[in-house]
Amino acid sequence: MATIRLQVNGKARVADVEPRTLLVELLRERLRLTGTHVGCDTSQCGACTVWVDGKSIKSCTMLAVEADGAAVTTIEGLAAHDGMHAELHPMQEAFHACHGLQCGFCTPGMVMSATELVRRNPDPSEGEVRHWLEGNMCRCTGYHNIVRAVLSAAETMRAEPEVASGHRAAAGGAR
Amino acid sequence: MSGPESQKIGQGIGASVPRREDRRFLLGKGRYTDDLELPGQAHAVFLRSPYAHATIRSIDAARALAVPGVLAVLTGEDVAADGLGGIPCGWQITNKDGSKMVEPPHPALAHGKARHAGDPVAMVVAETRAQARDAAQLVEVDYQALPAVAHLTAAAATGAPQVWDEAPGNVCFDWHLGDAAATDAAFAGAAHVVAIDLVNNRIIPNAIEPRAANGHYDDVEDRYTLYTTSQNPHLTRLLLGAFSLKVPEHKLRVVAPDVGGGFGSKIFHYAEELLVLWASKKVGRPVKWTSERSEAFLSDAHGRDHATHAELALDAGGKFLALRVRTLANLGAYLSTFAPAIPTYLHATLLSGPYDIPAIYAEVKAIFTHTVPVDAVRGAGRPEATYVLERLVDKASRETGLDRVDLRRRNLIRPDQFPYQTAVALQYDVGDYEPTLDMALEAIDYPRFAERRAASKARGKLRGFGLSTYIEACGIAPSALVGALGARAGLYEAASVRVHPTGTVTVFTGTHSHGQGHETTFAQLVVEQLGVPFENVEVVHGDTDRIPFGMGTYGSRSAAVGGSAIVKAMDKIVDKGRKIAAHLLEASVADVEFSDGKFRVAGTDREKTFGEIAFAAYVPHDYPIDTVEPGLEDSAFYDPKNFTFPAGCHAVEVEVDPETGVVEVVDVAIADDVGVVINPMIVDGQAHGGLAHGIGQALLEECVYDDEGQLLSGSFMSYCMPRADDLPMFRVGNHATPCTHNPLGVKGVGEMGSIGVPPAVINAVIDALAPLGVTHIDMPATPEKVWRAIRAAGGGA
Repeated sequence: MATIRLQVNGKARVADVEPRTLLVELLRERLRLTGTHVGCDTSQCGACTVWVDGKSIKSCTMLAVEADGAAVTTIEGLAAHDGMHAELHPMQEAFHACHGLQCGFCTPGMVMSATELVRRNPDPSEGEVRHWLEGNMCRCTGYHNIVRAVLSAAETMRAEPEVASGHRAAAGGAR
Repeated sequence: MSGPESQKIGQGIGASVPRREDRRFLLGKGRYTDDLELPGQAHAVFLRSPYAHATIRSIDAARALAVPGVLAVLTGEDVAADGLGGIPCGWQITNKDGSKMVEPPHPALAHGKARHAGDPVAMVVAETRAQARDAAQLVEVDYQALPAVAHLTAAAATGAPQVWDEAPGNVCFDWHLGDAAATDAAFAGAAHVVAIDLVNNRIIPNAIEPRAANGHYDDVEDRYTLYTTSQNPHLTRLLLGAFSLKVPEHKLRVVAPDVGGGFGSKIFHYAEELLVLWASKKVGRPVKWTSERSEAFLSDAHGRDHATHAELALDAGGKFLALRVRTLANLGAYLSTFAPAIPTYLHATLLSGPYDIPAIYAEVKAIFTHTVPVDAVRGAGRPEATYVLERLVDKASRETGLDRVDLRRRNLIRPDQFPYQTAVALQYDVGDYEPTLDMALEAIDYPRFAERRAASKARGKLRGFGLSTYIEACGIAPSALVGALGARAGLYEAASVRVHPTGTVTVFTGTHSHGQGHETTFAQLVVEQLGVPFENVEVVHGDTDRIPFGMGTYGSRSAAVGGSAIVKAMDKIVDKGRKIAAHLLEASVADVEFSDGKFRVAGTDREKTFGEIAFAAYVPHDYPIDTVEPGLEDSAFYDPKNFTFPAGCHAVEVEVDPETGVVEVVDVAIADDVGVVINPMIVDGQAHGGLAHGIGQALLEECVYDDEGQLLSGSFMSYCMPRADDLPMFRVGNHATPCTHNPLGVKGVGEMGSIGVPPAVINAVIDALAPLGVTHIDMPATPEKVWRAIRAAGGGA
């Protein structure tokens, strides 16, 4: 067992983990942050995508011990919280408005990945969105409305950068 | 906006109401089966056969049992000793000769023999998943490998390894439909006969949420609860109760919470569902199993896998005279829940497509192989039928020189021919096919295709156009009809509508939503019919303790059958409300009308709101108590009168790189008649997903077994799923003719993309390659296959 200390969604966490424990297992099974999903065992589907120090990574492919000292943001940390009320991040809002989700299983990883894309590239083309999301699989939507959602969110985030950055996770992503 | 009328316009039938289920998913607050951790939770891992066919000589669990945390190692012998039933099959096919299909046993854990790679052989239960996984590696199974057969034609050949002693030649059934003599006669008089041999590639469903099951036996109440990734929890309870666990239904609760996609694969009753319940009673703790993806490839039922020879007879003018189809269908090693129905009553019955074909004869021989069971995957039988027909029509166009659009137009069933009795048992109630053909051609700008083809050629690319006009049978299904055809269940749907004292409404539906958005669309039905504001409606699904009964979600049935049940229950609510209103308004019941959320005496302004009537029903101080019971809640079971028949046209343009064989889908335009549309945004979304699934089958996805029955495409590294950069934006049009026999006029939309588009894609690929002399290619048209086809035809370097 190793003791690791990390920030998860802005909260300090300490955990004893086995060397083989994956970051996604720590998040889901120990911290009970079950919004991060596991859809495969070969790092292909992207359902487990979270941010580690502001970069999207597949949490099924990172050992928990590697996250020692890191700041981790999961889907639960993306919305701005005002007391009990969660105000959706513009990316989440756009997925809702554009019907960019159906069963919801790939959605957390898709949203975390797409949000990082727009942070890196505020005005992506359709082709750039499709290329970036190549590591996130969706079986329900045919990607059509996901791509629309990302393009729409990018527009919102360009027009209102303070809204996007006002969300704790977006701001707290970089250490 | 306020008032029922404006709410109806805004959130009733026809409105693109944003989905209310989104918020929990977007916030990471969905509740999927694996998210649930019960007090005292134990975990199960299955040890699966590495061989496609083997005798299990012995299993030694001693070392596994010594691993810290291990609670039990259970085998097929334990299953047999405890008298558990096998996994039942829900459909029995009758052979040509009147005998019944071969129905071998399907034990929950392999006993004596393993019959496919991935067949579960032992179950390890431990405190943690990691411990169970470690221990599973220490279970020693002494296998004697036996000869295996995985592929259809090999399994059907003389001398092939036998999957079941009771199924000589590996034949499960040999079935036919239609009039052979009439078909032969029509062929004898035909001006043209066009023949084709096709493979419909085996695909793996791959919902992104892997299957999971969490079983809990409560020894105080002597009651079992199963949380499972199911499209139909009541059906699972029925099968558990009557066949596999053999526990009375009142002692069984099945919950399907949020489910991450199904696409057919989560219809079926799987052994793991039974085994976690059984193991929970044995170890005295809840037992959870969650499939890993590579395990899903070896244990979720697969789809398609047909080999077909088909012939079309035409007269000199291109009128279709007759169709003859001979299909071999792979069922895998065991019969999955609906497996026998897929290549028969969901396939051969659709072979008339949207065309007037006077004579059809279809033969289907179903074959056992040492592979994972094959059952319904999105479309289920209908994609196979559409693919046969639409490939054949394009081939007929090439061989006769008749234009592919004109040839289809010439043979489409005309509006004045409805109701149309096909030569393969179905009667289509209504349709209007030609406008969908025109709409799709216009949307894709077909008249200027030649210009685009020339522009592509100038860039060194080969451009092709393909289309398919298709029909599907949805809204499954009239119980008496399917019963006569071999179904062992009825296929009605149930709903309850509970009006609360303040006039808010809870709908309980026996269908299950795993992406379809029922919580939104079914609430829209209530807004429309009862005039209740959208936010005052809740839709509940997925729990056999909360919902009286149900048959679940598959075959694009939820709106057509489940929605109709909700409408029928609301009809009863309105009837009762009129009686209460008549009393309060001192009018006769016959004079009370209900619309826009108000009960009104006809021709007057005397009225009571829906909320006032609800309140009166629960506080019956001034009430017709002698004739009307208090309360306002009712249920309905709706048994459909016929299938519904969505139809349409899918048009596709592709660009092929002749140097690499890479096919790019550059444009997709579809026009469909799905009947009345409740929520256009959701309907379009269903179309998009189906298109991706269909394009995936046509270009990317292929389940590959080697000759020894080892699955070579056993992970997302080797099984090519459609990704965002494989697909274009889709253009979706709609031309509705309301279904004539259900109260909503809806037809169904969940599967049409995967049914209509695969032949359009392949027709486009062949169109692109035709100038090089390529006349045939099987799905998936991978770069390698296309490159080889070009070289074999003498094109390229």
